[in-house]
Amino acid sequence: MADPIKIYPPKPSHVYFYATCLIDMFYPDAGMAGIQLLEREGIKVCFPEDQTCCGQPAYTSGYHDEARAVAKAQLDLFPEDWPIVVPSGSCGGMMRKHYPSLFKHTRQEAKAIDIAARTWELTDFLLNVCHIKLEDVGEPTTVAMHTSCSARREMGVAEVGPRLIGQLNNVSLVEQTRAEECCGFGGTFAVRHPEISGAMVSEKVDTLTDTGAGEFVTTDCGCLMNIAGYAEKNRKPLAGQHILSFLWDRTNPGKGGES
Amino acid sequence: MSSESSANSHHIDVKEFHPRAQAAIADPKLRQNFRRAMDGLISKRKDAFEGMDLEALRELGANIRLRALANLPDLLEQLEAKLTANGIKVHWAIDGDEACRIVRNICVARNAKTVIKGKSMVSEEMELNHYLEEHGIEALESDLGEYIVQLAGETPSHIIMPAIHKNTGEISELMHEKTGTDLSSDVEYLTASARQQLRERFMNADVGVTGVNFAVAETGTLCLVENEGNGRMTTTVPPCHIAVTGIEKVVGNLEDVVPLLALLTRSATGQHITTYFNMISGPRKPEELDGPEEVHLVLVDNGRSSIYQDDELLDTLRCIRCGACMNHCPVYTRVGGHTYGTTYPGPIGKILMPHLIGLDEGRHLPTASSLCGACGEVCPVKIPIPDLLVRLRQESVDGDKLNPAKVRGHGAKRGTLEALIWKGWSWMHARPGIYRFGTAMAARLRKLQPGQLGGWTNYRTAPKLANKTLHQKMKERDQ
Repeated sequence: MADPIKIYPPKPSHVYFYATCLIDMFYPDAGMAGIQLLEREGIKVCFPEDQTCCGQPAYTSGYHDEARAVAKAQLDLFPEDWPIVVPSGSCGGMMRKHYPSLFKHTRQEAKAIDIAARTWELTDFLLNVCHIKLEDVGEPTTVAMHTSCSARREMGVAEVGPRLIGQLNNVSLVEQTRAEECCGFGGTFAVRHPEISGAMVSEKVDTLTDTGAGEFVTTDCGCLMNIAGYAEKNRKPLAGQHILSFLWDRTNPGKGGES
Repeated sequence: MSSESSANSHHIDVKEFHPRAQAAIADPKLRQNFRRAMDGLISKRKDAFEGMDLEALRELGANIRLRALANLPDLLEQLEAKLTANGIKVHWAIDGDEACRIVRNICVARNAKTVIKGKSMVSEEMELNHYLEEHGIEALESDLGEYIVQLAGETPSHIIMPAIHKNTGEISELMHEKTGTDLSSDVEYLTASARQQLRERFMNADVGVTGVNFAVAETGTLCLVENEGNGRMTTTVPPCHIAVTGIEKVVGNLEDVVPLLALLTRSATGQHITTYFNMISGPRKPEELDGPEEVHLVLVDNGRSSIYQDDELLDTLRCIRCGACMNHCPVYTRVGGHTYGTTYPGPIGKILMPHLIGLDEGRHLPTASSLCGACGEVCPVKIPIPDLLVRLRQESVDGDKLNPAKVRGHGAKRGTLEALIWKGWSWMHARPGIYRFGTAMAARLRKLQPGQLGGWTNYRTAPKLANKTLHQKMKERDQ
């Protein structure tokens, strides 16, 4: 019953890139940054065209039949034995942790277990599989970081973001008070319990703003749209971006690349 | 005061979670009381485990509880036999009402009129004070927090610190109003006043009622963890002691207690050990100078055996009631314990109460979580609380044909519209071509995106669709 130990694979020649629906529709540049970071490490990135959503929104809402139907449509996208990298702790957690139980006692169980074992959160993969070395080409700046709860607790990557940012010579990372506390997103929670979620995000924005950084990065687009959306609506001096966009922009002399 | 108390505990509509949450969020004093208290508890717990292999200890704690639950029927029989041999009378209650009747009958047989109580969440579950009061028996809480809550005519807002929702000023005003104590911000003075009032009552009480932290089957020992000495007084001064507890509290032997106790006190209050640890193994023996003439144990089921029937839900019963899950819960910290409207608030309440009151009544409880996982991370016996919340969400909407729902009141939250929305969502996302077409259209028509999105945009701007999806960008790149 102990949590399974993570065993990092050797650096592969190819990976599957599972973008997640939020990145696909709202933050495609963060997805593109992730792909470019992988490619710069000499890895060929396969983007399965038929990917949609991991099924998590229905799963956490209790609609498991509907979640399973969507998740099932993802199971056949990864025929080669390559790692599947996901630019999100939340969707990564869904695939790595919950797919096996979602497909328990079904014909897809073995496939779900195989996919779960191959799924990696992208920053974790860059640091611990690619052993990436980042060369900062940006101006001096200060950022704060919000690691999503699922990245922190389901994927166990709380140390990864700070270590990656730590490689950037011109970036100083500041930590907000109660850094490990949830920002209040929680998927449908933010809609079902708007007041509670609103109270949570307002405090998260306050603690981030209090660092004086003015900018934060995060592992997950759910947290990003929540925190940055609150800051924008309430005119707080706080801008946010996905950590992959930040890492790519800081280390790419041509800044922005194709995105 | 007591009739108020019963009214409060009796007529809360658990379903009215939202209005209570809104009111709590809008109450800055309440928010501050909880935030400060929870911040303090989080930091104390962290310090208390410093230098220990916490993960190994949690693993051990979880396995001890799992093993006890695996042998629960046998352990309960062993416990009964051993307690009986030790001179403790054992009673079984199927629900709270039966447990109340048992306690009352013991009181009646002794012609007891006053009961002094140590802290017991199971007695809250039974609504014992209310019941005894109705039958002409006075019940006085002796735990300081419970005493304050009883004075205020309220219910506990936390399972370990019942009056944590009040600050010193509020407590001072309450004691002044109800007992004539001088207004004071001196905690020592207020505590001494309460102590003075309670001391007399201990001497005159006919019966002492307490809970149990661990019931040890092998030796027939009831363990009681406390800090104020009121538990020691309650179990030794009155001539009769009645312990009430849930059937899941049994463990195999005394060795099992050691790691569980180490986990419990550190997780709960950040203490390495509590001031008192009582081990009760029988009534006063002829050669002994003190202790009660009679000792009873009431073992309460109240929905627990139905939880026991399911391999996944069973994990709920591992709980040792430390309260760490609520201390670390960002939702509990914002809304406080009373918002839940249930005996047990916070994460453990959300996974336990639906079994006690039915999932129809408790339908909002499992949704009131961002599934952040802080509760599961700190749970000393590794209850997978977020997974159980998802399971109960599934049960509340009858959402899984492969694993049909079974909790009492399941399906109560399933709404036709919501079910239809998820069906449509599922249909689209299981069809990649339609998904690509739909998302590309949305990107193209993004200017028509509504600016208002229900509760979301009350606090935030709406998320902005990109002008092209990543699918489109990748396609263009590959050409």
